Amino acid sequence: MYEIRIHGRGGQGAVLAGGILAAALVTEGKYVVAVPSFGFERRGAPVASFLRMDTREIRQMTNIYRPDCVLCIDPTVGRAVNVFDGIRDNGTWIQTTAKPIHELQVPDKVTTVGLCDAVSIALEIFKRPITNTLMLGAFAKTTGLVSLDALRAAVEDSDFRDAGLKQNLLALERGYNETTVHRLEKRIAA
Amino acid sequence: MSAVLKPKPKAIVCDGNEAAAWAVTLARVDMVAVYPITPQSSLVEYLAKFVADGKLNAEIVDVEGEHSVLSVLHGGVLAGARAYTGTCGPGLAFMFEPYLRTPGMRMPMVMSIVTRDTLTPQSVWGGHQDAMSVREVGWIQMYCETVQEVLDTTILAYKVAEHRDVMLPVNVCHDGNYLSYGAARVELPTQEEVDAFLPPPSTNWHAALDPSRPMAIDPLTGGAGGPGPSLFVRYRKGQCAGMQNALAAIEAAHEDWARVVGRRHAPLVESYRMDDAEVALVTLGSMTGAAKDAVDEARERGQRVGLVKVKTYRPFPVRAIVSALDGLKAVGVVDRSVSFGWNCGPLYQDVIGALQFASQRPAAMSFIGGLAGADITTDHFGRAIERVRALAQDGQVGETVWLNEKD
Repeated sequence: MYEIRIHGRGGQGAVLAGGILAAALVTEGKYVVAVPSFGFERRGAPVASFLRMDTREIRQMTNIYRPDCVLCIDPTVGRAVNVFDGIRDNGTWIQTTAKPIHELQVPDKVTTVGLCDAVSIALEIFKRPITNTLMLGAFAKTTGLVSLDALRAAVEDSDFRDAGLKQNLLALERGYNETTVHRLEKRIAA
Repeated sequence: MSAVLKPKPKAIVCDGNEAAAWAVTLARVDMVAVYPITPQSSLVEYLAKFVADGKLNAEIVDVEGEHSVLSVLHGGVLAGARAYTGTCGPGLAFMFEPYLRTPGMRMPMVMSIVTRDTLTPQSVWGGHQDAMSVREVGWIQMYCETVQEVLDTTILAYKVAEHRDVMLPVNVCHDGNYLSYGAARVELPTQEEVDAFLPPPSTNWHAALDPSRPMAIDPLTGGAGGPGPSLFVRYRKGQCAGMQNALAAIEAAHEDWARVVGRRHAPLVESYRMDDAEVALVTLGSMTGAAKDAVDEARERGQRVGLVKVKTYRPFPVRAIVSALDGLKAVGVVDRSVSFGWNCGPLYQDVIGALQFASQRPAAMSFIGGLAGADITTDHFGRAIERVRALAQDGQVGETVWLNEKD
């Protein structure tokens, strides 16, 4: 079982991203359960979405408290909530940010980091900071757990309320190509 | 009347609300009345979209409130339509008057309850309190564990509702939030399979709107004199008999479903790792998955723990419950709602009532969790298992345990 927690803000499509990733994983033969966090999510409020994948049927329909991977599709949501809460050893962190890795505080438990300046790219593509499909590209590049082809097919099957399909396919592609992946030495807490 | 379905891949990823909408479409429902309410809203939005896209050839009636939703459907069912709606919480409360009338009139419709905790405090999140509040009104109630079960059960429900020996409405309960918005891989049956499983709707000619045979529907019946008392008893007994007949009809419908579609769910109760179990959890709805994982973890520690999931809640499958639990040392019943009258969970009340008929009655305790959207995790179930094992040792039935009290 591999557990992914997606953090974003209301309006960026964190829940939709979970759905697209789930569909892509299923076409590749995986079992997937995606559960969004619940609330009256107004635009801008921190939201989370939970996704489990496995090679066998998944039974738990619950939130995720010990993620293997944290995918942040918003640059500042980490200031509002502790996105690393419960992250497992040798965890993966995928973050939209314009900063280079040496300017970021990476928790000791994280050994793989994927960085993508998704907001800047989204402003070029959508004229708005919609980062979800970009960050799915970043997820594919960083983890290798899903192919770009499967994501492309899942994006093509999705209903986008706020943007066009062509833009989202471009966003997926650019998210993949413009993500830098950093492997860190396993560090021991001081 | 024919639904035109575009060829779809057999496995799709969807949430429970979309799964229910697919079921309604595949069941070739004639009439849908809707009033959106969280967490049911996206379900009726999917239905409206399916009608607009030509996938579902049904009359969709957009009314001003839930009281009208059910009243409109009464007209449709009396005229021979296969009818559907969904609601929850406050919507169900507002629907209560026609809701009471539906089973007495023997109207075989299906209504999803996308379960939501009830007021007050104000809450829009999941919990079984709404469905539990109407558990003694005469509707059949089936609960779903997975998104796949939402789809399958919603189609199955029509076969049960319209069974000649039943002719009663069915609530398919799927958990607000966890199933309404939780998405998973779902096998979508083909239209041909569903057509082979589900015949066209049957009409209850005892109460039908037919211009060539006009009749008064639901005239005043009862009172203390004349034919009133015996006639009223006849109707009530008939309704109770219909409920009991539903047990066999549900088993038969599941058997047919397994034959046609190739997928089998436990019709009344599911026994999980119960073969040599000494203690068991009893669960309802989407909590069951995490509970099964907790049972597996306990088994790995060498503990003889099992699980019994209640799938059909009304009529309550007394015999199946007794046969699953008889002889155990202890049982922990986990509810996602409360019985205010008893200071425990309602399913717990039912289970201890049924255990009256056990030859070796296990000690039983009530656990309440997952209210108003709260999560019940494997850790919560792990603690519940420990408590039930202690109960097996000392036989001391303690106070109701509120699983999320210290979250």
